[in-house]
Amino acid sequence: MDNTKRYERLLQRFQEGGVSRRTFLGLIGASAASYGVMGSPFTRYARAATPASVRFDGWGGVVSDAFEKYAFKPFTKETGVKVVSGTFGDADQYLARVKASQPGEYNLAHLSGVFDYVRYKDLGFASELNEKNIPNLQNVIPALVKVLRDISGGTLSAVPYDYGTTGLAYNRKFISDDEIKEKGPGILIDKKYKGKIGGWGEWKTRIWYAALQTDQNPNDIKDMNKVWDAIRTNRDLVLKYWSSGAELMSLLANDEIYVTEGWSGRIKALQDAGHDIGYYDPKGGLGWQECIFVMKGSPMEACEELVNFMLKPEVAIAVAEGQKYPPSLNPTKVDLPKEVQSLPAFDPTGTLAGLNFFDASYWNGHQQDWSQKFDRIEKGY
Amino acid sequence: MTERTARLRPWYLLSPALATITFLLVIPTCFILVYSFWLRTATGADQAGFYLSNWKEVLSDPFYRDILFSTLRIAAITTVICALTGYLPAYFIAMSESRHKSLMLLLVMLPFWISYIIRTMSWINILGTTGALNTLLIDLGIIDQPLSLLYNEPAVILGLVNFLLPFMVLNVYVSLEAIDRNLLDASRSLGASELQSFREVTLPLSLPGLAAGGLLCFVLSAGTYITPVILGGPRNAMFANLVFEAIITQLNWPLGSVLSILLLIVLGAIVILYNRLVGIGQFAKTFG
Repeated sequence: MDNTKRYERLLQRFQEGGVSRRTFLGLIGASAASYGVMGSPFTRYARAATPASVRFDGWGGVVSDAFEKYAFKPFTKETGVKVVSGTFGDADQYLARVKASQPGEYNLAHLSGVFDYVRYKDLGFASELNEKNIPNLQNVIPALVKVLRDISGGTLSAVPYDYGTTGLAYNRKFISDDEIKEKGPGILIDKKYKGKIGGWGEWKTRIWYAALQTDQNPNDIKDMNKVWDAIRTNRDLVLKYWSSGAELMSLLANDEIYVTEGWSGRIKALQDAGHDIGYYDPKGGLGWQECIFVMKGSPMEACEELVNFMLKPEVAIAVAEGQKYPPSLNPTKVDLPKEVQSLPAFDPTGTLAGLNFFDASYWNGHQQDWSQKFDRIEKGY
Repeated sequence: MTERTARLRPWYLLSPALATITFLLVIPTCFILVYSFWLRTATGADQAGFYLSNWKEVLSDPFYRDILFSTLRIAAITTVICALTGYLPAYFIAMSESRHKSLMLLLVMLPFWISYIIRTMSWINILGTTGALNTLLIDLGIIDQPLSLLYNEPAVILGLVNFLLPFMVLNVYVSLEAIDRNLLDASRSLGASELQSFREVTLPLSLPGLAAGGLLCFVLSAGTYITPVILGGPRNAMFANLVFEAIITQLNWPLGSVLSILLLIVLGAIVILYNRLVGIGQFAKTFG
């Protein structure tokens, strides 16, 4: 029974004279007070039954639009469970919100499949999915599932959902395809483009690209001083560190910047909108996977049902076409349409062997020091 | 009414306000203060206890000091620009005999009806490379290439002035409106020119309003977060951005708490100084 029904039943009893005005107002007041203190007053009971709604948080923009249109609305129509969707600009911001919340307040989130998965597990937010309730998990690329399963000791708290790359995005009016291939990540520290370079103001991406610019393996950096120097050089040439996909698209589309690293799906969306923006994955470029993570304390059956629904091939394909990122569906098992196969970063083999991912333990081990140091360098130090 | 009831009556009347302030301001601030002595562990979890390391780091590290000074400098520049540009419209409205005076005041308050973020973002469409200003200058043949007007300190200050100017205008207006017009007539009848009358009578009597507006503009701009994010470049961060990054990016709530308390202390000291020099009662005139 959801809270609305409880309220309606209480109201009916009051109107029929079964509850005095004082008791009625007292109960409403008590529920309001307890809601303020600990979330929904009936949360414990609601979790055990089918809830009226579940909360889903994602990246906003075209990604959220795709989820809303192709996954949430059909899911609500089929099950009656409403999906309340929220957005965040970056994963750190969302984690801070989750950290300050009550268990059950946040349910599902579209997170980084490895880096965030480890962080959420370490902070005690990981649920344990009942895979029997998610038969469509069988359609997912095994390599993507294995990496998550290994982190959480054989169980899963999330299902892989999509993947993509963070490559070089450039405005073809000012930079040719040949130039980008020749210079690679080095173009982000090329003085020729001072004031016309952008970049994501996120420490991991900045360090990854600085490692490539200094000919180092991003997952095993030997000389951090060289990396910090490259970041300083980049900082002095950058017009703006963008903080969301929407801002990235706006800066490129309005000729504010000519080159930046960018998310493959967002650049594809720009290209589809008619902008002459090129996209190039340089050698050692950054790949990533994203998952649908279920928080501990959520109504598990409803969340598993939603996750399973989202993994239905027809739903996952529609979302992929909408958000412009390849789905986690195994192309050797599921027939994927040409539109999906033409998305940037799509791997027809289903092994993802050609992509480079963050080594979660390596990067999480340096998170505290490196993020703090980057924040300083970003501000001129 | 007994003597006891009469004595307690002000407290009864004040109790809703005191309860609100206690629950929504004092207690959360105490939580932040307690948090500032905790430690952040490598996994991101917080370790309760009494540790001074965050305070030592913030107070001894020139990085935080420099950003704080830079924030105070930007706030001071913003306040001066608001004072210079806000006094004129406030004077004009206060001295106007027009029957449209209320409409003019309404126009001053009009920006409050639009979200601050939207107002800030609108500058991108005005000052951007393909924005209105650059397009106009290119079309008029004044420039060949678009000017870089965004993502720098002047853009941040412009955004702050745009946000804070109505606060200044309203404060100065209230102060000017309260001046007894007979004093101006008296100064003129004693031979003062219009300029002398303004300098010797109007300006000194409007200074409390100017000071109140200045304090409001200074405190609000020193605590701003969103303007440098939207209109600033990599080097234009302000102190509130450090708080955000400590808490959100680094997940270091204890460090973020120290930075919050430090900003509170600095701005609190400025308010106390203002109270000594001018008196906090000027705000009551503006908002009452």
